[in-house]
Amino acid sequence: MQYEAIVIGVSSGGMTALKFIFSALPAGFSIPIIIVQHVSARSDNEWIKLLNDKSNLNIKEADEKEKIETGNVYIAPSNYHLLIEKDKTFSLTIDEYVNFARPSIDVMFESAAEAYKNKLIGIVLTGSNSDGTKGIKRIKELGGIAIIQDPETAESPNMPASAIAAIQPDYILSLEKIVQLLVKITQTIK
Amino acid sequence: MKSENISALEISLLLEAIYQKYGYDFREYSKAHINRRIMNRLALSGLEDVSQIQSKILKDETFAYQLLQDLSITVTEMFRDQDFYKSLRENVIPILKTYPFIKIWHAGCATGEEAYSMAIILQEEGLYDRTTIYATDFNQHALNRAKEGIFSNAMMKEYIINYTLSGGKESFSDYYTSSYDNAIMNQSLKKNIVWANHNLVTDSVFAEVHLILCRNVLIYFDNTLQNKVQKIFHDSLINGGILCLGTKEGLRFTDFFEKYTELDKKQRIFKKKY
Repeated sequence: MQYEAIVIGVSSGGMTALKFIFSALPAGFSIPIIIVQHVSARSDNEWIKLLNDKSNLNIKEADEKEKIETGNVYIAPSNYHLLIEKDKTFSLTIDEYVNFARPSIDVMFESAAEAYKNKLIGIVLTGSNSDGTKGIKRIKELGGIAIIQDPETAESPNMPASAIAAIQPDYILSLEKIVQLLVKITQTIK
Repeated sequence: MKSENISALEISLLLEAIYQKYGYDFREYSKAHINRRIMNRLALSGLEDVSQIQSKILKDETFAYQLLQDLSITVTEMFRDQDFYKSLRENVIPILKTYPFIKIWHAGCATGEEAYSMAIILQEEGLYDRTTIYATDFNQHALNRAKEGIFSNAMMKEYIINYTLSGGKESFSDYYTSSYDNAIMNQSLKKNIVWANHNLVTDSVFAEVHLILCRNVLIYFDNTLQNKVQKIFHDSLINGGILCLGTKEGLRFTDFFEKYTELDKKQRIFKKKY
């Protein structure tokens, strides 16, 4: 199976989790990654630059109409919802908060599921709410796979636990094992 | 045909029906956005599929009106993006000061929060008395609310923070009167704002202006439509006029990038070339 995109939803505890993952993923990682990390509406997203400095991959804020390319990691801008179009470009909206969040994980995941169908890997990481649950369910319905961080290893267990309660995840893993699995999946492609 | 293609076709037919029956044109909007809004309405409506929505909007104007509200995003704030407003004060106001009279167009003003923010800045900079602000939107319901200038006190608390962070010079609470849960904007802020119904998609140039603000409106449009609207903006601006877009919007993917210089690259403030 050739996967075309990975989407990650993460909330509280996310800065540490993302730093761990992106320090570990190797250069040349061959699937684009799209992330919603809950941040305050007034965040200037300077943390993205810090994360990029620690990573072998090119981590950047998603721009509207930007084409999704391999080798890049895209992060939703603060105070916008991020959507993925069927032509694999980004759209931004400022509609109402969803699950008290903008960007909302559900909004991004649902549009990603429609765009990538069974070529999508959805990942729910640490967080203290239930955003991402509806979205990961939609990803599964359309044939994608679901990886959930083992709540026992998560800084905030609620978000992964909520996802696990709603679906049959393909994998429930620690961050370390998630990185290993992603590397394995991309190597099988080669 | 696969079911996904059927629903894409159904949505396209629905947008055609809305256009032909009501004149509102969403056919060149971003598809993921339209899809999400229509699917939300479908889930709430109890109808079975998008074709049933189409059939219903043709006969039921109340329902059609509700769907139009769904498709028209009116979420806005006063002084949203504080760094933008700081830059506006630093880089745009000095240019405006050189004109004997000033015309400003807020395109897609929704419920008016940004137009009021602008009026506040102009008043503080001593420019408001020689300014006319044209605040336009195609959503009449939103325009009516904008004209009333009544906002909830809960939101005002957020706006006070925005105002202060954006370099506000006065006491924000002097700009409105609170009663119960709401705040009413001062008449002195309203006096030079002309609220008008204008549809960026189907209407054209209506005035020559010194400054256009169109923030977080174009994100809903596809490339073709963005280009069309950018042409209207370019035709409306005087030479040396200023165009302010949302902080995540740009000209790079349009035909007009070369026709402006960047006054503030990060805050997406552009100056029309002479």
